[in-house]
Amino acid sequence: MFSEHRFVVVGDEQNNSRTKPHLLNNSAQTMAEVLSKPGPDGLVTADREDDWDLILRPKRHFLDVNLREIWTYRDLLLMFIKRDIVTVYKQTILGPIWFFVQPVLTMLTYVIVFGNIAKLSTGGIPAPLFYLSGITLWNYFAESFNKTSSTFTANAHIFGKVYFPRLIVPLSIVISNVIRFLIQLSLFVILWVWYLTTSDTVHPNLWLLSTVWCLLLMAGLGFGFGIIFTSLTTKYRDLTFLIQFGVQLAMYATPIIYPMSALSEKYQQILWWNPITHVIETFKYGFLGSGQASIAGLLYSTTFTVITVAFGIIIFNKTEQTFMDTV
Amino acid sequence: MTVAIKIENVSKLYRLGTVGTGTLAHDLNRWWHMVRGKQDPYAKVGQVNDRSKSGSVKQGDGALPPAGSSMRKSSALKPEYVWALRDINLEVQQGEILGIIGKNGAGKSTLLKLLSRVTAPTEGTIKTKGRIASLLEVGTGFHPELTGRENIYMNGAILGMRRHEISKQLDEIVEFSGCAKYLDTPVKRYSSGMTVRLGFAVAAHLDCEVLIVDEVLAVGDWEFQNKCLAKMKAITTDRRRTVLFVTHNLASLRHLCSSAVIVDKGTIRHRGLPDELIEIHLRSLPSSGEQVNLNSLSGPLSSQVKIESISINSNPVCQQQVEVVDSTKLEFEAVLTAETSGVFDVGLAVSVRGVRLTTLIASETRITSGETRVIFRMPEAMLSAGVFQLGVGVSDPFNRSSWAWNENLFEVNILNNPPASHPLAKGLVHLPVSSS
Repeated sequence: MFSEHRFVVVGDEQNNSRTKPHLLNNSAQTMAEVLSKPGPDGLVTADREDDWDLILRPKRHFLDVNLREIWTYRDLLLMFIKRDIVTVYKQTILGPIWFFVQPVLTMLTYVIVFGNIAKLSTGGIPAPLFYLSGITLWNYFAESFNKTSSTFTANAHIFGKVYFPRLIVPLSIVISNVIRFLIQLSLFVILWVWYLTTSDTVHPNLWLLSTVWCLLLMAGLGFGFGIIFTSLTTKYRDLTFLIQFGVQLAMYATPIIYPMSALSEKYQQILWWNPITHVIETFKYGFLGSGQASIAGLLYSTTFTVITVAFGIIIFNKTEQTFMDTV
Repeated sequence: MTVAIKIENVSKLYRLGTVGTGTLAHDLNRWWHMVRGKQDPYAKVGQVNDRSKSGSVKQGDGALPPAGSSMRKSSALKPEYVWALRDINLEVQQGEILGIIGKNGAGKSTLLKLLSRVTAPTEGTIKTKGRIASLLEVGTGFHPELTGRENIYMNGAILGMRRHEISKQLDEIVEFSGCAKYLDTPVKRYSSGMTVRLGFAVAAHLDCEVLIVDEVLAVGDWEFQNKCLAKMKAITTDRRRTVLFVTHNLASLRHLCSSAVIVDKGTIRHRGLPDELIEIHLRSLPSSGEQVNLNSLSGPLSSQVKIESISINSNPVCQQQVEVVDSTKLEFEAVLTAETSGVFDVGLAVSVRGVRLTTLIASETRITSGETRVIFRMPEAMLSAGVFQLGVGVSDPFNRSSWAWNENLFEVNILNNPPASHPLAKGLVHLPVSSS
């Protein structure tokens, strides 16, 4: 019956009665699906696919990521962000002050252990400022990565009952963590202004402007790695064990508690390939005037981030279709 | 009429048992088949969805045979895969209220999961028109720390509503839920009933073209259930929305649905009008219910008079609960014996939830030591749809203190109002009164 209608001009009755185009009707998606479905004789059959708002198939085309759908669910994204922020410190006395306590205590520990006991170099920067700068940025990455890497397992009860674009959840985590990051950054900025006005140890420069870019890269890396790992762990939980201590170990492979300049030539070359290295070093150089900021390094990190995010979205998109059967 | 949902050759394969180390081997094997352009080897050995049979039994009766040549191979592989759904073809018209019935594990919920995009089919395609909202659970995404108001927005957003859509209907939602007083209290302080009310209230105000409902109506107290049913009826009567509705409650199926399908062992066995399908469905149910205990009379006469058998419309009553499609014809027959022949008043009591509706008396009936049949005929279409407790007893007409009785001997579940009854004639019983 479809072949009879194959050449029906758009605008027939069913097209007119089509409802709510804002939701699922995406011509790009339809095209991808038409192309990915060869007919029984090997030909591509365009059997009035236009009339349907949504076509579910066993496997989607791997590039068939419906970004417009995420836009229609933007209110849900906002609700998740709000929930993540509001609910964390509900029924606590100190409330959002806890956002400060954690980095301050971590910083003090580092100052004592790495600065005073181990006497590691801080590249001429006051130790509290040096550690806090690294902790603030690293925390953002670690939090984003840790939380997004359990997207599927932690939300299985919701995902099993209702459909919405699954990418909303990791997106909301990354964004709500930005707010937490900004709060912690303000703490760093206060300390930084204090050192800036009272001493001559801190030399900010124009690289400061790249902070926003650094944040974007950190968000991208946390998001990208997170959704790759959550996709891989739906069936095999093995990687969750790796994540637990892997993030902690990765911090030592990143110039957080030591400056790049304190390393030997050989180790500097190895660390150069860590995409987070350039983000941290650029951030430190911009604010503190000590570090190794380079255009090449940032370009490498950017390329790495784009590839990670793209690969992450593809594998996430493939996993989200049937993960409920195995999670 | 346009087609709102079209399901073509849809199948869903599930793996039985735990997902353990063997999975990796299966995945590699599957990948190796895929690389060589062959069919998924586990799809071929998938079994028919029949929960009562253990995995070692191959292909039950009426099963669709697996794809050709794999029979030889399938005996070598353990039957770890099962077809929860197999070759489903279904078209749902716009405005149709389709009830889906079937035994537990027949694949009803899997079908709804596929339709609501929770998981993808293994084979086949599903095409839909319009905005789909699925209601497989009420209150999905409620966060215990958030207040009722925040959770209304949260739940609405998860179900696909825009913020302004929720704001517009907030008052109605709150009123429907009956939780206005607790709107700014965290949901963790709510009783479970209140949480469910709030969840259903949001869902009931969803604006969508296709609504997919899994048995969520069986929530809340009696008053709220009626409210839900009324709301469902209102949603479904405007004929704008297409509704798919899984239920075990045959009365609500009859009440709400315009058509129905029976899902059995992963395939659609029947499609038709609700009344026809309810009858087919009931006939297919195994007789596993509690047996009726005819020796359960109490009272001074209970040692003397015995009930041999009871039948309704000439069908012997064996179970504690008996289903009757409608009450157009209701004829009860009790076969009694007495140790010594005598004259008794025989009664048949009809009650609902402990309240006696009526008692039919066959007075001064002679019961002998042989079998005596007593027949009670109810007026045509006297009882409405519902569950009635029936009791049988005897009494000595000359000595009222001598009796034998069981007021709750068995139950009759009348599924339908009689076809001829007036839609406004509501109530548990219909009395032969006239009006002018």
